[in-house]
Amino acid sequence: MLTEKARDQLASIAGQENMKTDTASLLAYSYDSTSQYQAMPDAVVSPATTNEVASIVQVCNNENIPIVPRGSGTNLCAGTTPLEGGIVLLFNRMDQIIEVDEENLTIRTQPGVFTKDINKVAEEVGLFYPPDPGSMHISQIGGNISENSGGLRGLKYGVTRDYILGLEIVLPNGKIIRTGGKLAKDVAGYDLTRLYVGSEGTLGIVTEATLKLIPQPETKKTMLALYRDLESAAETVSAIIANRIIPATLEFLDQATVRVVEDFAQIGLPTDAQAVLLIEQDGASEVVARDMERIAVLCKENNAFKVTVAESKQQADALTSARRTALSALSRLKPTTILEDATVPRSEIAKMVRAINDIAVKYEVSICTFGHAGDGNLHPTCLTDIRNKDEITRVEKAFEEIFHKAVELGGTITGEHGVGAMKLPHLHLKAGEAGIEAMRSIKAALDPNGIMNPGKVFTQAERNRVVVNK
Amino acid sequence: MTGKKEKENIQSAMKERIDYDELLNCTRCGFCLPSCPTYIETGKNEVHSPRGRIALMKGLVDGEIEPSEEVKQSINMCLGCRACEPVCPSGVRFGHLLEQARDALHQHEKKSVPKKTIRNLVFNQLFPHQNRMIRLTGLLGFYQRSGLRNTAKRLGIMKLLPDTLEMMEKVLPSVPTKREMQQRPRHLLPINRSTKKVAFFAGCLMDTVFRQTNEATTKLLQYAGCEIVIPETQGCCGALHGHSGEVNNAKEMAKRNIEAFEAADVDYIITNAGGCGAFLVDYGHLLRGEPEWQERAKAFSRKIKDVTSVLMDAGFDQLPLQVKERVVTYQDSCHLRNVQRIFMEPRKLLQSIEGVRYVEMKDAGRCCGSAGIYNITESEMSMQILDYKMKQTKQTRAKTVVTANPGCLLQMKLGIEREGLFDQVEAVHIADFLLEAYENGQKHAEDNERNSTEEFHVGKTGKITH
Ligand SMILES: Cc1cc2nc3c(=O)[nH]c(=O)nc-3n(C[C@H](O)[C@H](O)[C@H](O)COP(=O)(O)OP(=O)(O)OC[C@H]3O[C@@H](n4cnc5c(N)ncnc54)[C@H](O)[C@@H]3O)c2cc1C
Ligand code: SF4
Ligand code: SF4
Repeated sequence: MLTEKARDQLASIAGQENMKTDTASLLAYSYDSTSQYQAMPDAVVSPATTNEVASIVQVCNNENIPIVPRGSGTNLCAGTTPLEGGIVLLFNRMDQIIEVDEENLTIRTQPGVFTKDINKVAEEVGLFYPPDPGSMHISQIGGNISENSGGLRGLKYGVTRDYILGLEIVLPNGKIIRTGGKLAKDVAGYDLTRLYVGSEGTLGIVTEATLKLIPQPETKKTMLALYRDLESAAETVSAIIANRIIPATLEFLDQATVRVVEDFAQIGLPTDAQAVLLIEQDGASEVVARDMERIAVLCKENNAFKVTVAESKQQADALTSARRTALSALSRLKPTTILEDATVPRSEIAKMVRAINDIAVKYEVSICTFGHAGDGNLHPTCLTDIRNKDEITRVEKAFEEIFHKAVELGGTITGEHGVGAMKLPHLHLKAGEAGIEAMRSIKAALDPNGIMNPGKVFTQAERNRVVVNK
Repeated sequence: MTGKKEKENIQSAMKERIDYDELLNCTRCGFCLPSCPTYIETGKNEVHSPRGRIALMKGLVDGEIEPSEEVKQSINMCLGCRACEPVCPSGVRFGHLLEQARDALHQHEKKSVPKKTIRNLVFNQLFPHQNRMIRLTGLLGFYQRSGLRNTAKRLGIMKLLPDTLEMMEKVLPSVPTKREMQQRPRHLLPINRSTKKVAFFAGCLMDTVFRQTNEATTKLLQYAGCEIVIPETQGCCGALHGHSGEVNNAKEMAKRNIEAFEAADVDYIITNAGGCGAFLVDYGHLLRGEPEWQERAKAFSRKIKDVTSVLMDAGFDQLPLQVKERVVTYQDSCHLRNVQRIFMEPRKLLQSIEGVRYVEMKDAGRCCGSAGIYNITESEMSMQILDYKMKQTKQTRAKTVVTANPGCLLQMKLGIEREGLFDQVEAVHIADFLLEAYENGQKHAEDNERNSTEEFHVGKTGKITH
């Protein structure tokens, strides 16, 4: 609960109308896209400027009020559920692109801008902002930065981290710092920019970002390869990379996923294939043509029974946007979808796919798999029903085993969705106890009162394996 | 304020009426947020988004929250435009959830006196009774004669709805006389060629206030070769009731309509109001608790077709259509677009008219804010949405704004009036516009034929390549 004094102070900073404490507002900001997690904040605050953010943080730091920064709440790790109450901090009034610098190829933006608007604005001046998470139509750039989000083009172009040149950050003590800038190089001290990218709102608040743009690729081609079994598709992925071709996009979908996506998008996806690869290459037209030809050969060598190339830009766009709907479309099948984010080195993708299937059989759960295969990043998605407690327990066990397998193959428990509260119990698998300890020291130094997004990534105290369940 | 008893009643009504599986279907992915007009217009407030509304409904059912004023406001502020449905990968049928929630809320909600007066007049006294609709000669008459105007003044509603209703008076079309309304033909034969036998769903508002548009519609159908029956015992579709939490009323109306059209034995039942059509195709859902009506409702719904869709099927766009040269734009009817998924047909028809320079409006698919009686009950938000719509309209520089639903038509007229553009821009129903184009085209073709056959061919080719 907020004290009356804190409440008044916050309201006077942001304006009464930008501070909400009614139950409708509290409930509407109690969840994100992660199923099973929900907790009510004490207030929802929408500041308009960096200075307002700084003043709010000062009040919260003095009064020990938790702050949960929230973009559009599309994260999949319970990263914005206010588990310990406090205030949810919104950026709906900090939603402007400040500057597009065509000489330095950068964009300066406030955190509340939708990712797709960044892509669009860049495109309008012939430039390119490659990160394109499946949620790009609604996710905010501040959320992308804080989760270090990937996307469909990650294989060739990297992830959000690779496009962040500088940040303006409000530290947990209320001080404002600026890191990096419109600079191709900068080694003045620690790389705080990188530290904050992917920090999940636990170290401070991003109030502005300078993003790197690159020239638009000349052309793009899109291809579908169809398989009678999952392993062949997975082996194709490894073969393409081993042959030193780096496609822009290399996505994997199993049959169940293709079927629900087709059900929604109705664009004529092949529902008879056991597995489908969606492959894109962009660049100079002769390079694209050559790569697509070689990829087609590799697909066939690895038992693809059909390879087709999209005939028009519309058709190609329809394919990629259909792919973006995969996760949500899967929920048509069962009331609850729980998805994971296990990532392995690309060469291990076939082994991982096989392991997931075996684990699904072992625990008698239904798992559909799709994901950024080219990044070794799979999203095994469990279709279940939260009301079925017995099955949920088996689902948790199955995922536990998937995590172990991923780490065993040299991978990680999460490739792009973040740890949040959801994967907190598993962080030690990847980071190790010493790794967590190092992170905890950084956190303690920057946020001694633990006000920033508490209960996420790791717990503050020694108890490091708490299963948060609702 | 919400009393304790009322809260409990609402809570249990919610539990009873809301389809819990449908609530769970929402994965909270947020994909629907950018297409929700109220989310955008409230500066991205989750409370006024589809995902937020679903969460609030679930919170009510689960007993996590109480039906506070803010919760009710969220549900009331929803336009019911269903723009959140086609974009939802999980296939959540938000429209159904909304109906169920409103039903539960309104049955137990203590309404303020002015609101109650409007609701009672509209839902119980007026729309269920076609003869009363006729007697009242439209909203204008209804407003004046029902005493609502005086009541409204006395209760201070006029302050709540400053200019909406008053302006509405200005933009209503001149209503037909009572005699005209009662003496409508019930059977019309095709003109020129015969293709299909159809029934026409006349609608309540359409058949009184917008009688002229209904006549244009049947004329068009006749030109397209349809034999038309207009069953006498049909009435209001019930959408206004269904969407406002008066479900029992709506069910009765549905049954009456099903019966009326069963007797007609036709290929299609044609509508010319997107809002009605969308409700008619959903009768199966409306009557889901009544097994003996299931098959009948589904058979009825399968036959529903929008007039633009029949016209396209009949190749109407290949006929010589012509209007005086001008820029034309189209404002989607939310329900026609989001529920019946009809949006290409009207555009194709308009683009096939010679003289039309079609300019697509930005966000043409976004609600205009009319939404049933929303522009009366939530007038502030409605006008905010309308202002955005008018900004986009002005950018097209259109002289004619075409719509496909009476509510949208009135709202667009209201917008034009508010902007002071009445001498530059007109809003029309697509049926009226197409009829004008057809009759013009015919006349032109005949004139041409009389003068020289060659010229006619040139004109014709010009039209096709348009
Ligand atoms: C259907 C679907 C598909 C998805 N596809 C992908 C995908 O392809 N790739 C991928 O990587 N992710 C994907 N995601 C996950 C999610 O969309 C991303 O993590 C996204 O970046 C979250 O953005 P958001 O604005 O919703 O942030 P939120 O969910 O609101 O917040 C995410 C985190 O960032 C913090 N945060 C937000 N704004 C700030 C700020 N200004 N300062 C400090 N901290 C802040 C929050 O505290 C939280 O920890 C998908 C999600 C869904 C539902
Ligand atoms: S798009 Fe559908 S599943 Fe996603 S939040 Fe909206 S209603 Fe829920
Ligand atoms: S029906 Fe329209 S206003 Fe209501 S939630 Fe859906 S998109 Fe928003």
